[in-house]
Amino acid sequence: MLLLTGSVPVDGLPLLTGEIGISDTGITIDGRPLAINRGCEAMMKAASLICRELGADPPHGLVAGDIGKRDGSEKIYHHLIEHLPAMEVDILTFHYMMPDLKLNKKVLAAIGTMARRPVLIADAGSMYVAKAGGDAASYDVFTPDLGEAAFLADDKADHPTYTRGFIFHMEHDVPELIRRAYAGGNAPPTMFVKGRIDYICQDGKIVDTIDEPMVETMEPIGGTGDLITGMISGLIQAGKTPLEACRIAGRVNRRAGELTRPTPATQVEEILHHVPRALSEVLRQLAAAA
Amino acid sequence: MKWFKKKKDKKNNKPFARDEITRGLLVFAHPTTVIAVEELLRDEGYEIRVVSPPPEYRTGCDLSVEFPLKSEAAITELLHSVNMVPLDVVPITSRGMEPLQFIRTKDYGDYLMVRAANMKITVDKRTKEIVNISGGGCPDVPYLATAMIGKRLRDAPDPGEIAFSLCAYSLNTAKEELVKMIGD
Repeated sequence: MLLLTGSVPVDGLPLLTGEIGISDTGITIDGRPLAINRGCEAMMKAASLICRELGADPPHGLVAGDIGKRDGSEKIYHHLIEHLPAMEVDILTFHYMMPDLKLNKKVLAAIGTMARRPVLIADAGSMYVAKAGGDAASYDVFTPDLGEAAFLADDKADHPTYTRGFIFHMEHDVPELIRRAYAGGNAPPTMFVKGRIDYICQDGKIVDTIDEPMVETMEPIGGTGDLITGMISGLIQAGKTPLEACRIAGRVNRRAGELTRPTPATQVEEILHHVPRALSEVLRQLAAAA
Repeated sequence: MKWFKKKKDKKNNKPFARDEITRGLLVFAHPTTVIAVEELLRDEGYEIRVVSPPPEYRTGCDLSVEFPLKSEAAITELLHSVNMVPLDVVPITSRGMEPLQFIRTKDYGDYLMVRAANMKITVDKRTKEIVNISGGGCPDVPYLATAMIGKRLRDAPDPGEIAFSLCAYSLNTAKEELVKMIGD
């Protein structure tokens, strides 16, 4: 099972868990509709679309409402600590969560008791807490953007807000940020660094870059990184390796963006509509090139 | 003891400089409370710094205020009077890390994007309407996006007022810079 976890910006929403359904306006979990804004819902819809298009089992979701008060994040942490060992999870994606070093370590300890360790993917707050706790090596895939790559490269920072200036200014040299992240033990085996050029890394080495199509107006659009995390999760559920999933997801994201013809005011849901067609085209191109 | 006294009496003996604890930390539940506290104490003329708290207070998303200990009584009384009571007040011996204040901007013609740390905010320069918010990873980021997108800068809520995290602190920095650049 692919389990996608994270908080959603609905104050007071109780913990919901169940198969994720796709609707015209968003997703459903346990029958409850959740609108697409960005964040977890966008990530979950992207993963669900990939699974549907590739004939894989649909992902399950685990969400709770949290607008930054920690309440929903804590419900998710505690649910995972208590129930994860008995759940048959093969792939586990952590997303928007309020960082909590102690609770996250307990989640990792619970994972350590599982008969079969799942593939672990982290983005957003879940990636921050993984790095701040010195636990990056316990995960399989991180999907940072450039600001977050600088944070991973700074062995002193607990959160991207504390990235030191001299490292923040290294963003023109992404390979150096990647080298520092791996040298400090702050990157997992596979890492997708999102930016004007996407860098795909495996075991400390840059193994692929993606820079086409170049859609300049994608950067301001909130949620495009969430789509990549969701697509990587869905592709692994469909049988791809983490590295293959990164290579496909990066290209699908750019092609879907191009099909949208976005402006800086475009919302991520518009890009999601084009994911199925972009996936089909990218898989065909990659097969032809192989 | 003689040895200790002798060493201590030496002038400019740096290893003992740490005995002179002159700074303290105000620890709060949420990073965004610190935005209001920072503004209040600076307006009152206190020499303060916004920094990360010591390890025992860290959850992974924290911010605190470093202040001169000699002003502790006056500052805590002031904060109590405006109902911004710190969770704890502790003396410190080492300097915490400061939030990143560097700003990057990108001009898209009719649109302008400003980034602070990991947070980006984009406005339509013609209408000053916020059209997108991206980056960040704390749960209040999607919430802030819902609350701010579609509103003119002057009408949008300040992240420091409705949110709680370090991502909100950075978004607040980016929004303030945008207002400085193009007005609200």
